[in-house]
Amino acid sequence: MEKFKSYYLAPEELNKIFDYFKTRGYKIAGPTVKDNAIVYDEIESVNDLPLGWTDEQGPGSYRLKRRNDEALFGYVVGPHSWKKFLFPPILTLWEAKRENGKFKIYEQNYSEEKFVFVGVRACEISAILIQDKIFGGGQYVDPNYLRRRENAFIIAVNCNEPGNNCFCLSTGTGPKVLTGYDIVLTEVISESGHYLIAKPGSDLGEEILASLGFREATTQEIDEADKVSNEAVNKFRKEVDLSDVVEMLQSNYENPLWEKVSEKCLTCANCTMVCPTCFCHTVEDVTDLTGQSAKRVRKWDSCFTLEFSYIHGGSVRYSTASRYRQWMTHKLSTWKNQFGMIGCVGCGRCITWCPVGIDIVENVKLFKESELKLKTGESYGRGNT
Amino acid sequence: MKKRKPKLAVWKFASCDGCQLSLLDCEDELLDIVGAVEIAYFLEASRATVSGPYDISLVEGSITTPHDAERIHKIRKVSKYLITIGACATAGGIQALRNFKDVKEFISIVYANPSYIETLSKSTPISDHVFVDFELRGCPINKYQLIEVISAFLNNRKPNIPSYSVCVECKRNGNVCVMVSSGTPCLGPVVQAGCGAICPSYQRGCYGCFGPKETPNVFSLSEHFLKNGLSSADIVRVLRNFNSYAEPFRKGSEAYER
Repeated sequence: MEKFKSYYLAPEELNKIFDYFKTRGYKIAGPTVKDNAIVYDEIESVNDLPLGWTDEQGPGSYRLKRRNDEALFGYVVGPHSWKKFLFPPILTLWEAKRENGKFKIYEQNYSEEKFVFVGVRACEISAILIQDKIFGGGQYVDPNYLRRRENAFIIAVNCNEPGNNCFCLSTGTGPKVLTGYDIVLTEVISESGHYLIAKPGSDLGEEILASLGFREATTQEIDEADKVSNEAVNKFRKEVDLSDVVEMLQSNYENPLWEKVSEKCLTCANCTMVCPTCFCHTVEDVTDLTGQSAKRVRKWDSCFTLEFSYIHGGSVRYSTASRYRQWMTHKLSTWKNQFGMIGCVGCGRCITWCPVGIDIVENVKLFKESELKLKTGESYGRGNT
Repeated sequence: MKKRKPKLAVWKFASCDGCQLSLLDCEDELLDIVGAVEIAYFLEASRATVSGPYDISLVEGSITTPHDAERIHKIRKVSKYLITIGACATAGGIQALRNFKDVKEFISIVYANPSYIETLSKSTPISDHVFVDFELRGCPINKYQLIEVISAFLNNRKPNIPSYSVCVECKRNGNVCVMVSSGTPCLGPVVQAGCGAICPSYQRGCYGCFGPKETPNVFSLSEHFLKNGLSSADIVRVLRNFNSYAEPFRKGSEAYER
């Protein structure tokens, strides 16, 4: 028997949960329509959710579209990810001031902001769990990240319909939410009505659902919700076999194919900025005009910039191909050596938000083809070795 | 003993004065600037001048006349650090559009007595003429970047002026990409950051005021524009703006002009 019961919520009843947290000092962060996209921002109520909106995505393309129903979560993922709350793009780490001839350091107060994340997808939970390992695992931890993470209450949502660039089925990170949530919602729109089935995933989640007076969901409702979310796996349009990708990419460092797959690359860094697992950052030390105060600021950085690989004498990765190779092999291959899993959760953001639509999945397929041709003796421009 | 304040000079060549104005525009920080440096030569602010040599010379404008081509050497000689500010000084500016045409023809059309006009055939950046210690981009420059560069030079450290794309700033701001979400042509992916991604923040494409970023792939972006409905002539116009004579943009526009 399952540990927790499932509850029935009418869409507007989500407000009860929001209000519960608002009175306890939390901010509600959720999907909302802004500037022609569904972004994650602070919201007040269910009315701020993208009611009746969906997104149509392709390589380098995202369009907001009207749905023919009033679904709250009838879209996939947009340009933002939850990392903007847990790992802020720009953060002052400390400041120092000259006082009475001495240099005094002021540590930054770690954020006490508490957030409820609303509408977190399975792939995004996987991304958060990956970043947990990066910032919270090992010998050196980021106290700032951990504080924000502890203060986050996660209301996940099952994906009923993957988007054109979604491939979480291939990365094993979706579409169904299995772990890492406080409450998971399944949205049902059918002849029997428009409702949400809420299942707790933590004691706090259970306590809240029980205390707010929601009624238990009937077996029929639970079955209907399961049917909707279980069908999602049959709706994927993008799939790739990643079982051998770790070894494959590491045995193809010198493949001339890198030049081809990165030909269009703008080295603009968009893919890394939108990636929910990319964690690279730089620190800038800044002094003021008078030389009386200094501060250290952390900013999102990217392996696509020249400065990123700058060591004395110059940048190690000058060519575009070398930067693209670094990113793709790290994401899909050497990440596993480093952290025990690959760094891709199949959300498709890097494909959608690449201005020229470079597609990592298609590129994996090209490498597979090239390997196959090598194995079958067909030459693929790898010289005569 | 009180330390002598470093002397700052501001020089103007062919330009609109907008970049020097950024220094006066510092307002809140102006007192700090005056506290940190002696403004020794800055005609836009004061006709009282102090003679050189100068610790920092900020140079605005491009070289367009034989007289200016000589004057810049004199300024270099009296300056410990020479920092160029703005698209004119770093790339030749909007007036470098003349570089793609015959300047004599312009003169004959514009001036009643062309014989009075003594001008060079091309508008060129300062770095084509003298050694430049640092180039600060922008049309106009960003005042916070200007303060950062001055602070860095005063404190003997490297300025935190990134050469990566506008996209990095845009994404850090949380903007939605205008090109991906609505098909608006945007130069951001090939343009250097520094403005804070102003235009995309107001849902407009980037015009490229800060010039080409490090290793820009102008060809790939231009081909993408073509595929999305821009004509070759449009691409020439997009690239021929304030930084038209910066090499990657110049080569790009010339390729699409043919």
